[in-house]
Amino acid sequence: MNVSRDQIIDFIYDEARMLDEGRYDDWLALWLPDGHYWMPLDYQQTDPIYETSLMYEDMFMLKLRVERLNGARTFSQKPKSRCHHVIQRPFVDEMNGDSFVTKTFMHYVETRLDEQQLLALTARHDLALVDGALRIANKRVDILNCDAAFRNIQLLP
Amino acid sequence: MTRYTDNPDAVAALIEPHQVHRDVYTSQEVYRLEMKHLFANAWVFVGHESQTANKGDYFATQVGDQPVIQVRHSTGDIHVLYNRCPHKGTKIVIDRQGNTGKFFRCPYHAWSFKTDGCLLAIPLKKGYQDTRLSETENAKGMKAVGAVHNHRGFIFARLAAEGISFEDFFGDSLSSIDNMVDRSPAGRLEVVGPPLRYMHHCNWKMLVENQTDTCHPMVAHESSAGTAVKLFEELGLPEGAPKPPAMEIIAPFMSPYEFFENMGIRTWPNGHGHTGVHHSIHSDYTAIPGYFEAMVESYGEDRAKAILDENRHNTVYFPNIMVKGPIQQLRNFIPLAADKTIVESYIYRLVDAPDELTARTAMYNRMINAPTSIVGHDDLEMYERAQEGMMADGLEWVNIQRLQTEDEDFTVEAVENGTTERQMRNQFDAWRKFMLMSMEASA
Repeated sequence: MNVSRDQIIDFIYDEARMLDEGRYDDWLALWLPDGHYWMPLDYQQTDPIYETSLMYEDMFMLKLRVERLNGARTFSQKPKSRCHHVIQRPFVDEMNGDSFVTKTFMHYVETRLDEQQLLALTARHDLALVDGALRIANKRVDILNCDAAFRNIQLLP
Repeated sequence: MTRYTDNPDAVAALIEPHQVHRDVYTSQEVYRLEMKHLFANAWVFVGHESQTANKGDYFATQVGDQPVIQVRHSTGDIHVLYNRCPHKGTKIVIDRQGNTGKFFRCPYHAWSFKTDGCLLAIPLKKGYQDTRLSETENAKGMKAVGAVHNHRGFIFARLAAEGISFEDFFGDSLSSIDNMVDRSPAGRLEVVGPPLRYMHHCNWKMLVENQTDTCHPMVAHESSAGTAVKLFEELGLPEGAPKPPAMEIIAPFMSPYEFFENMGIRTWPNGHGHTGVHHSIHSDYTAIPGYFEAMVESYGEDRAKAILDENRHNTVYFPNIMVKGPIQQLRNFIPLAADKTIVESYIYRLVDAPDELTARTAMYNRMINAPTSIVGHDDLEMYERAQEGMMADGLEWVNIQRLQTEDEDFTVEAVENGTTERQMRNQFDAWRKFMLMSMEASA
């Protein structure tokens, strides 16, 4: 089965919508089991393991993060945060057989109570075609002002 | 209206043996006095020497609310200078770190200074020929802080020109920094990358107190640590199978009260203290292949074991840092206002130890200390709820009475039950001492 450029682009849009609508079970199902969600701390950071990152999470951590959001004693989510992605049309930078790389520029808004923050992001997706479906192999999210002091970022940019 | 300025009696009355008045957290006037007195009289953390490894390297930070530069001078010594041009007040460096070469040059009028702060040159100097510039403080150059001390790579400054010595201020509490450094087979640490920077809308002391608050993890962090334990059990992994890394780092936060009671708390004079006298949440980390062998090679087996058997949890160095020896972390709670604190969380590499140790240290930092951390989120929520809740006029005092005993003497070292709030009382005892040291009543 072949995947078109448009199908890849639609996949990226669909993923952002799942996050904004809080459909986390659907979102987790997009991932390959050994994938990592990486959010670097340093501008143009190359090493996720031996330096501090904001996030470098395997599926166990991502499931924990999502599960926690709905807990009865998740105090920082009373009331819950909401988020909103505004994305540019993704660039499909690589199409090699069953693996694909996209880069997407976006604005991310997260809000809770009287606070709202806006982050400018660049997301790189490593996608793979497995059993006829596109899946996330890895995702890297760079925050434009990664060196700034942040308040809580509680959802998934 | 000023209630506390030039009024040491009023400041002293904010602290009682079993409670503190909310103004220590909420009053901007008290915050200003803390910056002027407490943060001037105490020894305050500046940075690590590896952040300024080469001559001319500088690192810009704050001591209390004072902008300072840590810089490696041409002689190899590290100096700490106020980040202010003596001419018009312009900050000399604005980036967080860099190399300035042999001298600093102010970007406004090009006054230049040696890296020890001494005035080097002023352009068009003849304009001052018939003035008495040379008699002013401004002509001496960039002003240095009162005193600087490098303890095994960690740079501390005292802003006040006169005052308590470094050794008298820290005493035996330096054993926690020593243990962290000793964990390197080379006896040396190096900073790794930039710190996490996390903005809190609460008073800095809440963060410091929380470092030895052992009755909150199983409550405030149930949503992260408790859920981690639950998810792990659902995986149904066979006995002895490798655990997800999150389990090793986060799950110990769910330990029962007995665990924290038995771990013990030690306090030292001048507000320093640590949790985890006997064991801690860091005690049961997996051994990293090759590390113990490297330690034995450097120290011999007995000494290597003694270093690694020490698993202190959080050591508070009064007033505003916390060190985790077993995992090579330092958190700097920088006060910006009565209700605003930035937390910078640094990690260090153990020179000549396996890289896997750095990987675990980096993982701990992002899982626990990041603005994206599911553990940090609930801590920040508690601090900020307290900052807002304290504005309630129904009750003006905050209780710090857990396991208090009659006539506590903070001038002696003590080891007690790990859930005592003695370390919080110890901090406030030191707070009063270093606040009042330089305060005089108005005539």
